[in-house]
Amino acid sequence: MSGYASVAELLALSDRLDLPLWKTVQTVDCAGGNMTAEESFAAMKNLLSVMRSADKNYDPAQRSVSGLSGGDGGKMDAYIASGRSIAGPLVGRMIAAALRMGECNACMKRIVAAPTAGACGVLPAVLIPCGEALALPEDALVEALYVAAGIGEVIAQRASISGAESGCQAEIGSASAMAAAAVVHLRGGTKEQMANAAALALKSLLGLVCDPVGGLVEVPCIKRNVIGAVNALTAAEMSLAGIESRIPPDEVIDAMREVGDTMPAALRETAQGGLAATPTAQNRLEEMV
Amino acid sequence: MSVFDILGPVMVGPSSSHTAGAVRMGQITRRLVGGEPVRARILLAGSFASTGAGHGTPRALVAGLMGFMPDDERIPRSFEIAGERGLSFSFGTVVLRDAHPNSALITAENQRGERVEVGASSPGGGRIRVFSLDGLPVSFSGEVPTLIVRSEDRPGYVSRVTGVIAAQGINMSKLRVERQERGGRAIMVIECDQRIPYKVKMAISAIEGVSKVTRLNPGEESK
Repeated sequence: MSGYASVAELLALSDRLDLPLWKTVQTVDCAGGNMTAEESFAAMKNLLSVMRSADKNYDPAQRSVSGLSGGDGGKMDAYIASGRSIAGPLVGRMIAAALRMGECNACMKRIVAAPTAGACGVLPAVLIPCGEALALPEDALVEALYVAAGIGEVIAQRASISGAESGCQAEIGSASAMAAAAVVHLRGGTKEQMANAAALALKSLLGLVCDPVGGLVEVPCIKRNVIGAVNALTAAEMSLAGIESRIPPDEVIDAMREVGDTMPAALRETAQGGLAATPTAQNRLEEMV
Repeated sequence: MSVFDILGPVMVGPSSSHTAGAVRMGQITRRLVGGEPVRARILLAGSFASTGAGHGTPRALVAGLMGFMPDDERIPRSFEIAGERGLSFSFGTVVLRDAHPNSALITAENQRGERVEVGASSPGGGRIRVFSLDGLPVSFSGEVPTLIVRSEDRPGYVSRVTGVIAAQGINMSKLRVERQERGGRAIMVIECDQRIPYKVKMAISAIEGVSKVTRLNPGEESK
């Protein structure tokens, strides 16, 4: 079976096979014969369980080698527990989960690159709290990961999922688009709404540069996982409300590629521009050396 | 592309190129020297040299030399574990011309005193590419079954090596031979479509002039 090079082709294939979007993604992936559908589902379920254990094993006392990160997930957890959160428990839990996962990554704990290590907090921070809020079975979350992966495959083929190539929009932006489509699946939306949610999410993060302080996956990467997660939820909510992206998903992805192609090298993971070039960043680096 | 190229790998953070890829570089060096490495000199280049410390790159490389996988939670403690296991190591920096920014040059020695020098790069996603072996240019990733044969350059030895592979019904997808000079040291890198069994390694090792044979089978990296 041939794959898909666009979101439009993925939707058309899903129609032709008369399969849900997640099952279409899985069927195409297994067509090469490397794995059966059951093996693939078990492998995907394992990724979800790695995400869950990373979240559970978060240690608020741990700090990264550079000393730049750690502890913020704990602060957010305490704030949510105090009941003073304005956004409420779901969004509060998403913020905390994104910080926790990003900090786990910075502190050399085991994570799932989704699609990259720097953006590893977005999908779990959306899926796990939303799954709990909707009281969904584990398998629904596994299916949602296939939806996310299908969108991610198209982005990786048509554009990029690498910050060094296309800036942070390709990492946090892609993860957010993937997560937005996944949330629509969790809520039982249509495949068109999933694709539309991905477009809405990605549009809002177009142009985001990759400017890590000292070239490390810490500042501002960890906190950008938060905006990626929350942006995914708002995009999914808009899509489920029937609000459409005026620009179709494939054209948004192509626009991201073009923005990435014209982005100066200083803003593509070289630590030479943006936040990495601020006086405070430079001073912190001197202290570290 | 697979869905598991988008979701995954499972790895110890913080960076697929600077941490997970660095583990793979250590692993492949371990396989190329053979046996248990007891000494290693690791030279970091480019971005590995400038940002490696904050990414845990040195610890990841040492973890790989001990055969750890990229998702092994002992990676942050690899220096201490290496001390317990009797692997001594040191680090330096090097400028490599025409190499990818994420590169290292690793010299490792095993308990029999055999040495290997591996130049490798980690372009992203945890994938790596070996670009030099004992000073000769090579190019392989270990993502497909790969045989690396080190020998003297003698007439007919290429056909004897490939004859062993053909006799096992294994299909070769890529073959590259590099030599230092006529009659000097030579390295043959053969990528195959099927898993390479132990008996192929043994049969090739028995060929006159062959000094060392390494087989890399995906999924067996930690051996």
